Amino acid sequence: MNVVPIMRQRRLGAVHVPTVTLAHGGGGKAMKDLVDDVFIAAFDDFPFAAPEDQARLDLAALTARGDRLAFTTDSYVVTPLFFPGGDIGKLAVCGTVNDLAVGGAIPLYLSCAAIVEEGVPIDLLKKVAASMALTARAADVRIVTGDTKVVPRGACDKLFITTTGIGVIRTGVDLGVDRARPGDVVLVNGMLGDHGAAILCARGDMALDTQIASDCAALHDLIATLLRAAPGIRFMRDATRGGLATVLNEVAAASQVAIDIDEARTPIRDDVKGFCEILGLDPLYLANEGKIAVIAPPEQAEAALAAMRAHPLGTGAVAIGHAGAGEPGRVTMRTLIGGRRIVDMLVGEQLPRIC
Amino acid sequence: MKYVDEFRDGEKAGVLLAEIEKLAATIDIAKQRPIHIMEVCGGHTHSIFRYGIEGLLTKSIELVHGPGCPVCVLPMGRVDDAVAIAEQPGVIFATFGDAMRVPGSRKSLLQAKADGADVRMVYSPMDALELARRHRDREVVFFGIGFETTMPSTALTVLQAESDGIGNFSVFCNHITIVPTIKAILDSPDLQLDGFLGPGHVSMVIGTAPYDFIASYYRKPMVVAGFEPLDVLLSILMVLRQIKDGRAEVENQYARIAPAGGNAPALQAVARVYELREFFEWRGLGSVDHSGVRFRKDYAAFDAERRFAVPNVKIADPKSCQCGEVLKGVLKPWQCRVFGSACTPETPLGALMVSSEGACAAYYQYGGIKTRGAA
Repeated sequence: MNVVPIMRQRRLGAVHVPTVTLAHGGGGKAMKDLVDDVFIAAFDDFPFAAPEDQARLDLAALTARGDRLAFTTDSYVVTPLFFPGGDIGKLAVCGTVNDLAVGGAIPLYLSCAAIVEEGVPIDLLKKVAASMALTARAADVRIVTGDTKVVPRGACDKLFITTTGIGVIRTGVDLGVDRARPGDVVLVNGMLGDHGAAILCARGDMALDTQIASDCAALHDLIATLLRAAPGIRFMRDATRGGLATVLNEVAAASQVAIDIDEARTPIRDDVKGFCEILGLDPLYLANEGKIAVIAPPEQAEAALAAMRAHPLGTGAVAIGHAGAGEPGRVTMRTLIGGRRIVDMLVGEQLPRIC
Repeated sequence: MKYVDEFRDGEKAGVLLAEIEKLAATIDIAKQRPIHIMEVCGGHTHSIFRYGIEGLLTKSIELVHGPGCPVCVLPMGRVDDAVAIAEQPGVIFATFGDAMRVPGSRKSLLQAKADGADVRMVYSPMDALELARRHRDREVVFFGIGFETTMPSTALTVLQAESDGIGNFSVFCNHITIVPTIKAILDSPDLQLDGFLGPGHVSMVIGTAPYDFIASYYRKPMVVAGFEPLDVLLSILMVLRQIKDGRAEVENQYARIAPAGGNAPALQAVARVYELREFFEWRGLGSVDHSGVRFRKDYAAFDAERRFAVPNVKIADPKSCQCGEVLKGVLKPWQCRVFGSACTPETPLGALMVSSEGACAAYYQYGGIKTRGAA
């Protein structure tokens, strides 16, 4: 499909200084050079032959793939910008692709708006843009429009990226956060908490020598496979900020069901567990960037599980619990020793305990 | 995970629970009222809720959640002082994470940070010293809180700062000591306690001898306990055995970490750097004699209270709060008149609602499935 006509190539501008200055945000030639050299050169799908103020998308090509448009936006702010398993660019593409995909949509187009702090090395921006381009190609989405702003030193932390995504929801697919029913099975596609732990470790302010990598990944293909194998799936959501606990609370509240999960089956890596022990954090609330919680009707749970396990991004898929007829909106966990605890929404940020 | 999963084994827990139930049924007290066992330490409170231990125990045992969460017992006036120091120009205020949300009379450290104070979360006092090394033009103040568990690391950091000649580092010292507070609780007339789970991490530093008076003078059994679910269950069983046998001893379930004699180098550092305060204010409990420490004169240069003008105003706990009764085990968290209404983890009135080790926050977040379900 080629809804964005690629016209005759024009000559791209280039930046000849090592760092971004306020001049690059002035709207003049310096800015055009920066956008050309960093973003347009990396995103080969940009309509750079005739740069308009908007991407123009062919409606017929969209309607051929489904019957509803999915539209989402997310801002990415992460310290450090590069971390084991990913970087802000990969995150900005995967995150928005996943937000489209969990709604049953085929992700198609992204925008990329970057807010850059004065003094950031041009090479760093190029690395991020290259990572975005690579991730977008792998995820089969095109970055078709964008914006760049430069702000004075201190007005932002190096680089903020906002991506907006458009996708098409397959005809017949109808997932909803209010669709869970008692008896439904709760599935996840693998180890939980890796991203949150990796970011905290990568900040390096706690001198813990671990090798935890972010699970940052585009899940559109896993989800497409899953929906083919188990079309009756009620709901799925990527367990990002707030972790699995937050997603389960959202679905329990919206569907007015109780959800009970089993600690012994909830997959968490030993090093993430150890990390959480030391800092007094709860892995159920740690962010993931490549994990979804899936609510499947009991008769399709096995098929859903098998389909996920057969996919490289779901080899660790497991059923961790079920929806029940208990107190509506309440999420509980059966602990390793057989007790039960409430898994509530997080109040604010998770703060490490002192001892 | 090595050396942790072993202490979370469901089958073994079942065996211990059955033994506890069997033994409790033969104890005379249990025929009139539940046997009251206080876990002194907030770490135990956290484990009890985290693993749903309360719901598994026989009804003839009632766990009373003690005052051992250092964040929870920090009085409002001290938080105000911390905010005042943090708001001085040029200061970097370094603190453990969970102290950031504790409400002062004006604001918490988290709010002070939002208002422009340079408040940074650290994981150890050594991280704060490192900040001082990197920012020689700034005054770095570490918020020293905690019992004997964290007292030595603050002391060692001060000794390190002294030997490295780092002059822009100081500590706002709020370290407290658990023993006088246990004594104050035991002297409280409205209390019915039959035994204690002793704070394992504190004992790792001070050993078990400082608790001997609990057994010898007050005739109450104490078992120094570890923090994993099997540790807690085994310790409860050990307390019951003492009650059944009519013994009152200090036993050590956590000997794998807490040696009877404590940690000599840690104790030396503590003795060298700190001296007892005549009294220290605890949220909920009021002033307790000899329950806090401050720096000795030799280390006055590292004492933020001497270096900065702090308001040092005593602020009364909010009148509606019943933290004191909850801390002493007279009230259960949900029996407090503001629990879950005016006082929630979003807007904590009392400190017990702030830290996840606080009994109220633990009930609100993890626990009381039976209790809250019935409410």
